[in-house]
Amino acid sequence: MRITVTVDGTTYTDDVEPRQLLVHHLRETIGKTGTVVGCDTSNCGSCTVHLDGQSVKSCSVLAVQADGAEITTVEGLARDGALHPVQQAFHDNHALQCGFCTPGMIMQSIDLLADNPDPDEQAVRHGLEGNLCRCTGYQNIVRAVQDAADRLKPGSTQAQPVGSES
Amino acid sequence: MTATVEPEVGKARLRKEDARLITGRTRWTDNLTVPGLLHLAFLRSPVAHARITAIDVEAARRKPGVIAVFTGRDLAEAQGSLPCAWPVTADQKAPPAPSLAVDQVNFAGEAVAVVVARGKAQAHDALEAIDVDYEDLPVVLDLAAAVADGADLVHPDLGTNKSAHWVFDSAEAGTGSDVEQAIAEAEVLVERTYRQQRLIPAFMEPRSVLVDPTGEQTTVWSATQIPHILRLMLALTTGTPEHKLRVIAPDVGGGFGGKLQVTPEEVVALVVATRLGKPVKWTESRSESLLSAHHGRDQLQKLTLAARRDGTVTGLKVELLADMGAYLRLVTPGVPILGAFMFNAIYKFPAYRFECTNVFTTKTPTDAYRGAGRPEATCAIERLMDELAAELGRDPIELREQNWIKHDEFPFTTVCGLEYDTGNYEAATAKAKEMFGYDQLRAEQRERRERGDTVQLGIGTSTFTEMCGLAPSRVLGSLSYGAGGWEHAAVRMLPSGKVEVVTGSSAHGQGHETAWSQIVADQLGVPFEDIEVLHGDTQSSPRGLDTYGSRSLTVGAMAVLKAGEKVIRKARRIAAHMMECAEDDLEFTAGKFTVKGTERATAITDVALAVFAAHDLPDGVEPSLDSEATFDPDNFSFPHGTHLCAVDVDTETGFVKIRKYVCVDDVGVVVNPIIVEGQVHGGLAQGLAQALYEEAVHDESGTLTTGTLADYLIPSAVDLPHFDTDRTETPATSNQLGVKGVGEAGTIASTPAVVNAVVDAVRHFGVNDIQMPCTPMRVWTAINGGPTDAGGLGTEAGGGLGSIDTSGGAA
Amino acid sequence: MIPAAFDYTAPSTVDDAVRALADAGEEAKVIAGGQSLIPVLRMRLAAPSTLIDIGRIPELRGIRDEGDALVIGATTTHYEIQRDPLVRSHALLLKAATDTVADPQVRHRGTFGGAIAHADPAGDLLAPVLALDAELVLHGLEGRRTVAAADFFVDYFTTALRQDELLVAVRVPKHTGWGAHYEKFNRVAQAWSIVAVAAAVRIADGVIAEARVGLTNMSAVPVRATAVEAALVGQPATPEAIKAAAAHAADGTSPTADGNADTAYREHLARVLTSRAITAATGV
Repeated sequence: MRITVTVDGTTYTDDVEPRQLLVHHLRETIGKTGTVVGCDTSNCGSCTVHLDGQSVKSCSVLAVQADGAEITTVEGLARDGALHPVQQAFHDNHALQCGFCTPGMIMQSIDLLADNPDPDEQAVRHGLEGNLCRCTGYQNIVRAVQDAADRLKPGSTQAQPVGSES
Repeated sequence: MTATVEPEVGKARLRKEDARLITGRTRWTDNLTVPGLLHLAFLRSPVAHARITAIDVEAARRKPGVIAVFTGRDLAEAQGSLPCAWPVTADQKAPPAPSLAVDQVNFAGEAVAVVVARGKAQAHDALEAIDVDYEDLPVVLDLAAAVADGADLVHPDLGTNKSAHWVFDSAEAGTGSDVEQAIAEAEVLVERTYRQQRLIPAFMEPRSVLVDPTGEQTTVWSATQIPHILRLMLALTTGTPEHKLRVIAPDVGGGFGGKLQVTPEEVVALVVATRLGKPVKWTESRSESLLSAHHGRDQLQKLTLAARRDGTVTGLKVELLADMGAYLRLVTPGVPILGAFMFNAIYKFPAYRFECTNVFTTKTPTDAYRGAGRPEATCAIERLMDELAAELGRDPIELREQNWIKHDEFPFTTVCGLEYDTGNYEAATAKAKEMFGYDQLRAEQRERRERGDTVQLGIGTSTFTEMCGLAPSRVLGSLSYGAGGWEHAAVRMLPSGKVEVVTGSSAHGQGHETAWSQIVADQLGVPFEDIEVLHGDTQSSPRGLDTYGSRSLTVGAMAVLKAGEKVIRKARRIAAHMMECAEDDLEFTAGKFTVKGTERATAITDVALAVFAAHDLPDGVEPSLDSEATFDPDNFSFPHGTHLCAVDVDTETGFVKIRKYVCVDDVGVVVNPIIVEGQVHGGLAQGLAQALYEEAVHDESGTLTTGTLADYLIPSAVDLPHFDTDRTETPATSNQLGVKGVGEAGTIASTPAVVNAVVDAVRHFGVNDIQMPCTPMRVWTAINGGPTDAGGLGTEAGGGLGSIDTSGGAA
Repeated sequence: MIPAAFDYTAPSTVDDAVRALADAGEEAKVIAGGQSLIPVLRMRLAAPSTLIDIGRIPELRGIRDEGDALVIGATTTHYEIQRDPLVRSHALLLKAATDTVADPQVRHRGTFGGAIAHADPAGDLLAPVLALDAELVLHGLEGRRTVAAADFFVDYFTTALRQDELLVAVRVPKHTGWGAHYEKFNRVAQAWSIVAVAAAVRIADGVIAEARVGLTNMSAVPVRATAVEAALVGQPATPEAIKAAAAHAADGTSPTADGNADTAYREHLARVLTSRAITAATGV
């Protein structure tokens, strides 16, 4: 089947097998390997992307179901060389170690902040319940999301990172 | 020089590694491709124990896109036997370990055939066309039954399921007295049998391997913790000349010991690529990973603790059955033996005996998982100390203090003969108690217990130590480990003043690039940003023993430091020549050689440029500052800490909620506090998960019923608490950095803290143990006078893909 | 893992979908959000010959007010239900249960009708649908019919849907002003319910005038705790009265046993959780 998807601002038209998963289409056909596959039961959330503005697990969407859709991956977040505030907050709060879950965590964090711009700790934890991390124990991820929420508030000054860049 | 440069070591540096990882510019093995790449898919045995009477692959060979199909018989010669590097006893029994089963399968999930196809989906499609006839053999699942007389045998040729019997006895070793006498004379005996359930490392990045045999060297990219060990072992196993192999561990997404392995799939990928002369790749699915990547833990621990009425411990006897699974993998037999030196923990036991029987079962092989042997030991002794406290009506912390090594007694030689160099258990415990609000929580516990609150508060303690920095080669040799424990590094001064650091450590999330840069920046006085750390490629970092056992900082970074010292030594001679003074007249600080008592100075980066030009070097001096070094410490390091956990146990449902978790760890000198804190957080998460959530369960036919992430319960952000972490700092004396290692501390310490808290919450119902994981049903059943191990073996996993089904309408 | 190959069609009308279903025969499967089905396909636990994607049929999506009932289109997502003001006002129990389904990503894609038709006894939306006396609108070659929830769930993963029929909408009678709560019990947040209880109550003049209680995962199909409902009616919403009524929660159920819960424990949980669900629903 021929499908057309717009990924990180570029439109791609390809022939795909109906069984092709969106995540494999992104990784193998389009070359967006920043989005990864961590499981086969949609538990881990590593493959999270935005499909028409909402977070989805791209391992549980068929590429044909995404025909005509607009998709944003972790590779499409930075603007003019500047990191998205959530990306920056993940760095500043040491919210990643091996980094495999990170693309999915970041994409889901952005989604959760769109729904709830000022989440408390429990709201962040619930918003990330579909994303597994094996390295961080989540604490710094939660802190990063709350930090990003502060940065995204209109008129906010950038929060102080816990670590230093220099 | 007047400006004081803030030292890098100790600074909360944000990680260099992050830039790629947060933007998706990653190099996971599965991201890589080469022209003409073929894909592998493995057919795995659905049964735990059977003879293979026939395999028909003809139909699979004819499927679209299929290039070849191989069975174990096809590869028998080339694949060799998977290596085990740790024969713990001279008479250890081990079966051949083929990568693809040849005549017999010994666990469900064992690979029996491999399809090579042009597409990944095509390879999987062809698996369904392979026909295997299995003739069932009796399964061997229960550890105790496996060692009983007349037991069914996993490997009949061995004549037994016992692989090895390993004993340490303090009376025989001359490091302590006789434990049987201590038991005979004991005023109090605590006798328990604990189960260390089987766990699955479950790193987030599934394993993947890509082999390209088309170059002069065959290149193997693998999601591995151990590129250097893998290169050697692939060479030895398959007969490929070592110098014709290059192994690269690109970005690797976690390991936790789970990628400390030479896997059947790596061997098969190499053999198949070599045979076909074509590049091949295999990436596992999560269910394949849970089923066939090695598991961890799985021990039955019979424990006898002897004490006096006044609370003084007098002896400890440990009798273990350790489940090897069906085969001995890379370090399988040594894992429980690592625990032998840790059951005595921080306590002054005068008498100690440890014996361990390594047992074969028809299950997935076990091997290293975060802590490897030490969590099992720590959990047992910390549970026992709480039980002794309960038996004597004593406060569990006070009882521990009575028995632990006091800070002024270091260095202290333990009943196992290990010398603990430094520690201060009093300081860590005092800090933890204060942060925790220990006395207030105890008061609240009393009040709620008297009130008969539905939700009961429990408080658990774990005052742990661990031996880490797995290294001293002589010690490893005395334990029959097949390799040394040194680490290698090189420091290269580039002409422009930039620095390349080559390390044999192989990072997979730890932040070595950042931490090593901090150390070298201080040492050479060059900016943090000017340092590049090279690792994980046997071509650029040719020597190394890789990353596991909390050894990278204590051994690997020490090698870096040693290499840096050599660079400075070489540069000093040239600087003296450049400034026409004696070497002894120079002092080196903040990157500059200064003639003592003068303003005359030359930066080491200027020396590097002068060396590059080589126009005017002292006679006999080679034009290079580059240096390498290998470090092999004399002793392990011994981080310690005090962990306190408060849980709310809903006595109506058995549900456990962690209310507060405080830990104060002493990991020696800290290079980067945010990395250390992150390691502690992650370690705690895995330790807590063992206490409450995770267990690899097999049914009575030997099928893994927790074979997906819907059934094997890795906790999410909702399920884990906020951790309050802090540190005390007693520098190690076994290395000049004073560091102790932190990778495993949180995992080792936290499991018993949680279980102790759960048992403490319900002890007044007559409960003195609950088997891990402390599931709601187990807790509720124990409260209500039932067994402590409700659920578990022989029952189906609940929820999960039990709830995904093959029929039904729209979804 | 990668699913086995299948044919795919995405009709734009219900009639076309039903025709496609009939044409494709037994081996066809309907996909909506795919949040339960795609993992099954990836694990190759199922290998349908054809997938009929009803995700591009506009008439199946959305929530309508039809006077005494809400009509919820089958492909309305969980996310839409969570945020719908009509659902909040008239079927609060449904919102409460939907809030607990899986995780945010799955709720974005997963559909109400899909979850109902999947008929997983551990799924969280079946008990509320049953408790609220919802009716399921099925469309086949022969036209439309309406089936009561009590008659729709037949067995594990088995419903009254015929081969050529599609679940097109769910008609939920309004329970305006009712208190509601969904009490879910699982070991980790992401896991399926070990047991869960859906409770809705209407309080009038200080007593419980009406009560609806549905149980998740206490039988092969969702069940109504009718004995509990009967015992509650006319009682004051006191802890004692609720506890006494909840003691009947496991009556007539036949729960499964697995590693997380044996039968006795599930029955016990049903009683405890029922008491808690009703207590929360009454706002005591």
